[in-house]
Amino acid sequence: MAINILEPGLATTVQDQGRPGYYNVGIPQGGAMDSLSAEMANALAGNSAVEAVLECTYLGPRFTTDADAVIAVAGAPVDVKVNGEPRPQWSRLQLSAGDEVSFGMLRGGTRYYIGVQGGIDVPVVLGSRSTYTLGAVGGFEGRALKAGDVLPVGPALDVGTGGAERTELEEALRPSFDKEVTVRVLPGLYDHRLTEEGLDTLLSATWTLTPVADRTGLRYSGPEIAWKPRTQPFGAGSDPSNIVDAGYAVGSIQIPGGKEPIVLHRDAVSGGGYAMVATVISADMDLLARSAPGTKTLFRAVTLEEALAARAEGRKVRSQIWG
Amino acid sequence: MTDTAVQRTDARYTWGGDEFLFVEIAEAMSLAANYKANAMAALLTARGLTGVSDICPANASLLLRFNPDILPPDRLEAEVRGVEDEVAHSSHQTLDTRIIEVPVWYDDPYTRETGARFRKGHQKPDGTDLDFAAEENGLDSPAEFIRRHHESPWLVSMVGFVAGLPFMFQIVPQKDQLEVPKYLSPRTDTPALTVGHGGCFACIYSVRGAGGYQMFGIAAAPIFDPAQRLDDFRDFMIFFRPGDIVKFRPVEEAEYRDIQAQVDAGTYTYRHAPVVFDLQRALDDPAAYNLDLLERLHGH
Repeated sequence: MAINILEPGLATTVQDQGRPGYYNVGIPQGGAMDSLSAEMANALAGNSAVEAVLECTYLGPRFTTDADAVIAVAGAPVDVKVNGEPRPQWSRLQLSAGDEVSFGMLRGGTRYYIGVQGGIDVPVVLGSRSTYTLGAVGGFEGRALKAGDVLPVGPALDVGTGGAERTELEEALRPSFDKEVTVRVLPGLYDHRLTEEGLDTLLSATWTLTPVADRTGLRYSGPEIAWKPRTQPFGAGSDPSNIVDAGYAVGSIQIPGGKEPIVLHRDAVSGGGYAMVATVISADMDLLARSAPGTKTLFRAVTLEEALAARAEGRKVRSQIWG
Repeated sequence: MTDTAVQRTDARYTWGGDEFLFVEIAEAMSLAANYKANAMAALLTARGLTGVSDICPANASLLLRFNPDILPPDRLEAEVRGVEDEVAHSSHQTLDTRIIEVPVWYDDPYTRETGARFRKGHQKPDGTDLDFAAEENGLDSPAEFIRRHHESPWLVSMVGFVAGLPFMFQIVPQKDQLEVPKYLSPRTDTPALTVGHGGCFACIYSVRGAGGYQMFGIAAAPIFDPAQRLDDFRDFMIFFRPGDIVKFRPVEEAEYRDIQAQVDAGTYTYRHAPVVFDLQRALDDPAAYNLDLLERLHGH
């Protein structure tokens, strides 16, 4: 079975749960940015959590399948159409060979996911099917989709091979795509290099997500943040926001020159010369991926213990999808 | 800060959320701090801790990614502190690594053309990046800067930013380090394989893209080969590893073209040889030590 891409959408890529283990040479973890929505698309399509899905950003693809197929769409709210007829999101959809799937405009959020029973069967590269476009690694030929691409689909799973039975996802379990969001962060790394007031500003101001937001990172606008002046150490660069180039935690927040904080996401550059001052906790990384430009964002400080508790809570939510 | 061997002072431990532990070994760049980062990474890799997915040594720090559901943060920290202690107390501060010869066409037309497109807002709008670098280091000419650049070998102090990009630190006393500020405003374009420089670090851009380092030349052969066509990439698509030692060799256009032809034919391999990097010798007498390293490269 295969998917024929008629129109690719704005930045549609193949993603799975990512590619850990190569960050030490600059290859990021990758994987679906809104990992929970991607997992839901898989569950609804009758897959396990690990199959590769299509990540659609703002504007989705138009495609047909060359055989009967089962798909599901989860994530940011969007009109789903099969042969021009509206079909529900958050549900298993049966397609006949030749049916044409298309999408309307987003009504909120940024990304949605198309799960296909059997998963998108591109080659596994370094342990993952995720697309890392900057390095042209993985996914479909290492790039975002183009018109004319033919994507192979793997053999369908059944309950015996780990496929989910769920055909719908009740509203209470679906993530929300709000215009205001509170994101929990753990201060640390180089937070001692901000003035006390600077750190307070970061953790109390309302930040607005700018359009400069992609799989690498998201930039926010808001007040300026003050760094403590100092004589820079050898090799660190001249600005007080500079450090000797170091590894970047995924989810870490840097504030080059004290302006416009950047939060690194799943295709993070693995290192660089800007001091990080806090890190978004793992449980809240999906919240960033769901944010549309203009989203008002609060960064609220938590402790490591609270971050671990939130992580356990997130696991519970996840297990309900598969229950 | 002066160059000294690994000090028995504690590094700074701090968390990057619930999945990353960051260990700042020193605020300033030095061979000793980088050695410690690489030595700790090597020991941690050898221990094969369950629950640690990424061990990323950097210039003067170490970043670890872990799964706190498998390895609780306090246990991870205790393990890493144990390794730090072990490195600080080891009497032989050596790393098994290799020395690699990297042919570079300095002052090539590709980076010169790209540089010309981004003169506006550059520190030296009416010259080249090489003119600027020579001036910044008080050298008579770009040619003198190029000579200094390839004369002494460099240690790969970190691999990253993007896939396979090596940061390199020259094995010379701090007073002889070539230092050049980055572009004031980053470029939106850099040719793949550009040999760049920012602060005290050299780099080779593994892929085409944005960049802020000054551009001095272009490496003749790939350092990142996702298709794994060349022999040097048979095991892995990325060539450089932290701890590698690099000797740049200047080539002119004819040899550059010849190497390119070998790359196209799939026959090119890098000249390299195994070496043991000895921190104390590198610090005590870099000039003599570098000669020794180069002897290994050129065979015996």
